[in-house]
Amino acid sequence: MVDAALTANIRREVSKLQADIDALQTNDVRLSAEKLQHQLEKLNDQLGSLSTLAPQRSTEQDGEKLQDGNNQQNAQHVRPKVKEMSAEVVDSNPYSRLMALQRMGIVKDYQRIREKTIAVVGIGGVGSVAAEMLTRCGIGRLLLYDYDKVELANMNRLFFRPKQAGMTKTEAAAQTLRGINPDVAIESFTMNITTLQGFDAFKASISDGDGTSRVDLVLSCVDNYEARMTINQVCLEMEQTWMESGVSEDAVSGHIQVVIPGETACFACVPPLVVASGIDERTLKREGVCAASLPTTMGIIAGLLVQNTLKYLLNFGQVTRYLGYSSLTDFFPTMDIKPNPGCSNRLCPKLQAAFQRRYNSEEAVAARSAAAAAAADADAESATHEDNDWGIQVVSDAGPAAASGTGTAGQQSGLAQGLQYSLPVASMDLRDLQREAVEDSTEDVDDLMSQLQALNAQK
Amino acid sequence: MAEGWDSGTKETVRKIPLLTVNAGPRDKDQWTKRLKEELQALIKYIQINKSTDSDWFTITSNKEGTHWSGKCWYIHELIKYEFDFEFDIPATYPTTAPEIKIPSLDGKTAKMYRGGAICLTVHFKPLWAKNSPHFGIGHAMCLGLAPWMAAEIPHLVESGVITSDS
Repeated sequence: MVDAALTANIRREVSKLQADIDALQTNDVRLSAEKLQHQLEKLNDQLGSLSTLAPQRSTEQDGEKLQDGNNQQNAQHVRPKVKEMSAEVVDSNPYSRLMALQRMGIVKDYQRIREKTIAVVGIGGVGSVAAEMLTRCGIGRLLLYDYDKVELANMNRLFFRPKQAGMTKTEAAAQTLRGINPDVAIESFTMNITTLQGFDAFKASISDGDGTSRVDLVLSCVDNYEARMTINQVCLEMEQTWMESGVSEDAVSGHIQVVIPGETACFACVPPLVVASGIDERTLKREGVCAASLPTTMGIIAGLLVQNTLKYLLNFGQVTRYLGYSSLTDFFPTMDIKPNPGCSNRLCPKLQAAFQRRYNSEEAVAARSAAAAAAADADAESATHEDNDWGIQVVSDAGPAAASGTGTAGQQSGLAQGLQYSLPVASMDLRDLQREAVEDSTEDVDDLMSQLQALNAQK
Repeated sequence: MAEGWDSGTKETVRKIPLLTVNAGPRDKDQWTKRLKEELQALIKYIQINKSTDSDWFTITSNKEGTHWSGKCWYIHELIKYEFDFEFDIPATYPTTAPEIKIPSLDGKTAKMYRGGAICLTVHFKPLWAKNSPHFGIGHAMCLGLAPWMAAEIPHLVESGVITSDS
């Protein structure tokens, strides 16, 4: 009885606060809205813990009332955790449709997904949707990284809701995702990974106690080159496989790319590869904005990214190394990007050599030929059809591989049709460098800093 | 790529010495060598500016050379507009360029990311990539901040967003 009175009390406060917040959605009062939002979350948490203690007390009628109170995050609808993923086909089983993948022979042992940990870096238009997809798939653990806050300007994208404006993206995402699937362990990290401190904190957060990685995959859903390079560096140092994703500034194309340190090109091996939009950069109108975005393109890229992630984690189908998407022409170029032996990153060539040693080892060669033989047997069994009236045959459609490592302007020609580099290849004439480089100096850093100070003071 | 640059900027940037040590702040010893080169190049650049009567910024850093700040100014119709700027050397420097910030203009122009980082994507980033790791802080000032101010300050003044005493 006491609980019921308390619950009713808290609910009254919740609706009152929500009404206050709804009345306060302008920039000037953003701060007070944030404060109220926090209070609201606290109360919701209390309400949540009360109802977990006494789930039998939440009647359907109560649930409806709460919905009227505009509270979709309502604790009453949070289901209890599920110990084992069941394949039982009943309306109340959140995993029946996923476990059906197993019954249909698409995935072996779908439950393995619960042992997997994914880091999603960047909780924007792509990252938030990717995180939701993984949550609904019942991923074991999600690590979420972002330093930004939710804004009304994000509402053209999926996932976040207007009333989350002002919250950090990590906090808002964790709130929603826990509500969708309480079986997923969620850790949120509100930080910028590109700074010196951020880099170390990010690296530490994906490391186990002994310095090895505790994640199965890192998903890069960031919107800038600096953050991608940071992820690249951390993943090279941890020898951690990651997937890059990106949507073009004009919102009409995107791509995903798998980076396996040593085995594929790292993000520094060749300039970032993007889908050619067919639009001349110089005619692109950029007045007043840095980037456009569409929920469609971002949702599609998030879908491609998570699909590739599921295939990678659960070993089904073929994990595509690079997949582009051009929405204007509905064109999906694919290709493999070979690692560059002359990569400017110091670690990458060492990892390439280590991969080659592993790849060419006797065990690896034997394992590959055994696998090939098994696949051939399976093929022979499954591919025989009694009749073939339509003359259907299987043809290879392997994409071309980039000729990397030449470091010349001719590199672009090795790319699959419809793809281009988004930045030029580093290229400086050595003679220019010798002629124009800083001269040797006997002065140390302190001397030079004083000289700089003196120049600052001089009028 | 550099067609859009005015001849003055092109002329000046050629005089800023190129850097040879490929090291960032995470490479302890090598970073000291790189920092020396950064300081030498900056001193040379500021001396050039002073000698041509086109001095436009002051700059100083913390002891480690990882955080830089200073004042930059731009003269529009004979009135001087001055701003505080700052930036950190990113963990992946010099593969990636520093993100220069003018916090006082945060939210006042669309050509800026949150936190006051100036938007340099189209013109500056390709040049940095092409010349990495030989471009340094001086080049970022000359090819990043200076053209940004030249494009944005007149616009901000004319649209009344900033005034001479702000």
